[in-house]
Amino acid sequence: MYYGPHTEEDRQAMLAFLGAETVEDLFADIPAELRLGRPLDLPEALDETALRRLFRGLAAKNADADRFVVFAGGGVADHYVPAAIAPLLARGEFLTAYTPYQPEVSQGTLAGIVEFQTMMCELTGLDVANASMYDGASATAEAALLALDQTKRSRILCPDTLPPDVRATIRTYLSGPGGEVDVVPCPEGSFTSERLQAALAARPGAYAAVVVGYPNYFGIVEDLAALCEVAHRAGALAIAYCDPIALGLLESPGALGADVAVGDGQPLGNAMSFGGPSFGFFAARDRFIRRMPGRIAGLTRDLSGREGSVLTLQTREQHIRRARATSNICTNNALNALAAAIYLALLGPAGLREVATACVQNAHAAMERLRAAGARPAFPGPFFKEWVVELPDPREDAVDRVLAVGLARGVVAGTPLAREYPALSRHLLVCVTEARTREEVERLAAVIEEAASS
Amino acid sequence: MNVPPDLLYTEEHEWARVEGDRARVGITDHAQSELGDIVYVELPEVGARVAKGQAFGVVESVKSVSDLYAPVSGEVVAVNGALGEAPETVNRDPYGDGWMIEIRMTDPKETESLLRAPEYRRLVE
Amino acid sequence: MNGEGQAPGAVGLVGLAEPSIYARSRPGRRGVRPPAGFAPEVDVADALLGVRLREVPPGLPETSEPEVVRHFTRLSQLNYAVDTGFYPLGSCTMKHNPRIGEELAQLAGFARLHPAVPEEAAQGALELMWRLEEALCEISGMARATLQPAAGAQGELCGMLIVRAYHASRGEGRRKVIVPDSAHGTNPATAAMAGFEVVEVPSDARGGVDVGALSRALDGDTAALMLTNPNTLGLFDENIAEIARLTHEAGALLYYDGANANAILGVSRPGDMGFDIVHFNLHKTFSTPHGMGGPGAGPVAVRDFLAPFLPVPVVERRREGSRETFRFDWDRPQSIGRLRSHYGNFGVLVRAYAYIRALGAEGLRRVSEDAVLNANYLMRLVARDFDLPYDRLCKHEFVVSAKGLRERTGVRALDVAKRLLDFGYHPPTVYFPLIVEEAMMVEPTETETKETLDDFARALHAIAEEAAREPDRLREAPTRTPVRRLDEAGAARRPVVRYPAG
Ligand SMILES: Cc1ncc(COP(=O)(O)O)c(C=O)c1O
Repeated sequence: MYYGPHTEEDRQAMLAFLGAETVEDLFADIPAELRLGRPLDLPEALDETALRRLFRGLAAKNADADRFVVFAGGGVADHYVPAAIAPLLARGEFLTAYTPYQPEVSQGTLAGIVEFQTMMCELTGLDVANASMYDGASATAEAALLALDQTKRSRILCPDTLPPDVRATIRTYLSGPGGEVDVVPCPEGSFTSERLQAALAARPGAYAAVVVGYPNYFGIVEDLAALCEVAHRAGALAIAYCDPIALGLLESPGALGADVAVGDGQPLGNAMSFGGPSFGFFAARDRFIRRMPGRIAGLTRDLSGREGSVLTLQTREQHIRRARATSNICTNNALNALAAAIYLALLGPAGLREVATACVQNAHAAMERLRAAGARPAFPGPFFKEWVVELPDPREDAVDRVLAVGLARGVVAGTPLAREYPALSRHLLVCVTEARTREEVERLAAVIEEAASS
Repeated sequence: MNVPPDLLYTEEHEWARVEGDRARVGITDHAQSELGDIVYVELPEVGARVAKGQAFGVVESVKSVSDLYAPVSGEVVAVNGALGEAPETVNRDPYGDGWMIEIRMTDPKETESLLRAPEYRRLVE
Repeated sequence: MNGEGQAPGAVGLVGLAEPSIYARSRPGRRGVRPPAGFAPEVDVADALLGVRLREVPPGLPETSEPEVVRHFTRLSQLNYAVDTGFYPLGSCTMKHNPRIGEELAQLAGFARLHPAVPEEAAQGALELMWRLEEALCEISGMARATLQPAAGAQGELCGMLIVRAYHASRGEGRRKVIVPDSAHGTNPATAAMAGFEVVEVPSDARGGVDVGALSRALDGDTAALMLTNPNTLGLFDENIAEIARLTHEAGALLYYDGANANAILGVSRPGDMGFDIVHFNLHKTFSTPHGMGGPGAGPVAVRDFLAPFLPVPVVERRREGSRETFRFDWDRPQSIGRLRSHYGNFGVLVRAYAYIRALGAEGLRRVSEDAVLNANYLMRLVARDFDLPYDRLCKHEFVVSAKGLRERTGVRALDVAKRLLDFGYHPPTVYFPLIVEEAMMVEPTETETKETLDDFARALHAIAEEAAREPDRLREAPTRTPVRRLDEAGAARRPVVRYPAG
């Protein structure tokens, strides 16, 4: 399949106009020794029918959520995705436009961004939000960089209940400016203000920010207000890494004192897609607006007084400030952010609250059911849609057994934790969203029982 | 191009109005017109120390950022806070209401190396 | 914004302003119904004992599905896109996005796959990633690649952190990264983010790197040189072999910004030019849709001696007889770590792999041949009305200047761009690269017809004539778009970045 439109006659006419004999002449500026004197070694070209065959074959080897009941969580979860989103996103005017550099012909994109920014402000209880980041982890890392710059300090503090991939990403981004990440172990599964206080006191004046999951990686809703207060007393910013669905029900991070709220937008109407693309959201208090990374759209008027929007505060960005930009981000995840705006418009405040409520109810009912199957929750503390279960099977390979039995029974039983938390080697993070049913939870319970007795 | 005769200038297009040990500082008419619509001015706080030739703030248009350089060394004793709300004042009245900071000079002799109006005019024309 | 003052009936007109979604909001109006959950007996206050719940609901719009569908459909109609017209936005490779990629990426086996499923239950996804990596390595002439970076700029960050890690592994703390003055803004921004000091070198009279200035800038403190080739002027740097030699002699690494790779597929490989690290923008060269500004993907390919530094995890293949299995390798002690959650923008990777498999080796080479043919053809047509700062063969894009036009008529590149909107075209990239005054950077891509190029050149010619005759017509343009020129200064002075809710 080749998508170019030229006929041989077109090519000949254009070459003749250029005074060239062959298209090779147009590459005369590439020294001969740098040219690839052979065809690329790639598999042969396929037509659409053959492509479908190949890709369906690959897709069929994956345990997708149409064929398996998915209880895995940890940042990505099988939430309900309204049917109206996909056809709207598939509109070529959204799908095949780029960054709105020409606002006169990009008002759809720009208005969509302002709506998205508004919704993110409303969810997080903060003043300003940007047009999106790549994902939740990189958004958090950029928030950490903002904190370093703002406070002129070089360390970030977080509990081990902050998702491991988020911690790892912060560490990678901080390696540039030479910042450090200190991780506080929380064996009880949540971060207490006493632990925070002790950690901050160990290095007075060192920490630019404290980053807390809300809810945390184990699903537990941390006492964000207390943590923010302790962080502020030490002169550190408070950054909340949030599950956006939970924000339909929980008090907003802004109201609890967070300076910056970030998170991953997959749950807001985006496909799981093996972990990407989703988007990262980034909201902050007003006073940080000029230090924020990424695109921001703002309202204005045209020459004739009509309302419209434009990209604004662009002097923060790489195309203008270059080496002194607040971030290098250019392309972001605009289409996924639009999915979130459509999702939130379709659900409204009542619908989002219902989703969040159903998550809590389903997850707690499921917790009781699994407890009855011998899989006890590992940690105390109020949880939102996921929690850590300790498997009843005392064998070292209990997790592998449950996962394997699960796959045989059409169930993805949960997210294993051992790689990141060696102490949790017989544990699974189980996520039960609003989309799960009682019958599906029964299947999971049966899988755990079967694995323990096999 | 408006180049008032009673001011001193830098090659980076700042002006200074010297009275006693004080120098009031802004950017020239030429600078504001080259920048276009000014949208943001970032200035130091009162009490900050500035050094001749060093950046003391930035001025931004929609698509550019320029450093502001101190014409003389000293302590910032006044800052034009009105520019926060209305940065466009710099375009409208660069030598008047669009002033930026006032410096109490530590070394008034530094003014001797600044450009006089005719020299500055030659630089920009 | 609230639609007041609009004439009755105007709300349905195509291409006219659409009020914000909040204007359609009414208290109590409901859209879709989410699943109710199976455990209404659970008391939420009990379950979340001690947790502060919201007393005030978030100010989200309260609308119905038909209202939402209509609103976003109408918003879409205010956009210009590749699907609606010619989009020669230089450096962005706005080519046609084959729809088969959309269909394949939506397959449940990809779109509905959770990233934490056991490896044996994600073999199709892992195989796809491994084969895409293999193809990108072949296309770039590199040994290994990571698919993790979410866009070009994140690929650059990945590359620069690899540069740091490499030098550190040799006990060196080199601090400088060199970029040419024609570089894209992400290059210096990334180098700075990775903790380097950025040094700019000038371009020479032919638009390439000034080799003399480069050799003076290179020293024992230089960590890397970042280049794109063809560069942002659309010109192939003929001295690239010499540049690579000088860079390596100084002990520095050579980084390839692959944003312009559409010119070289199957023709010349960065690895053969002497580059050590390469990023691709899959949303450009491999034709995954730009989505109004993303998602993209920015895989990074490296020479073998840099492979230990790639982000975790990498995908490995195991062969037992004819059976192949794939797994993630997390155990890479020299890795720079991870740049994001999970494995990359997988949905974008599916589309890019579909594109590569659709075209094959011959098709990819044809892409570059036609892209270069179209660019040279259009450049010669446009050169009748605009200045060519570097009069030589271009590759997939070219830069002309409206400086002469400005001197003759007072009309600027920006005005030409705005007037093009009235002619129904998306304008080229303007005012970039920074080293060309009144720059207009045009990238036609290989998916445009000769007729389109001819018509576009005619439009530019008509505009150049208008500029001489009625310059104000250009300064007032556009007049045929949903809105006219917007007050960007006002927006930046007093930023209003959200609607009032409710
Ligand atoms: C030359 C060049 N380098 C780097 C980038 C950055 O790529 P991305 O926008 O995918 O981050 C771009 C694209 O905008 C580009 O044109």
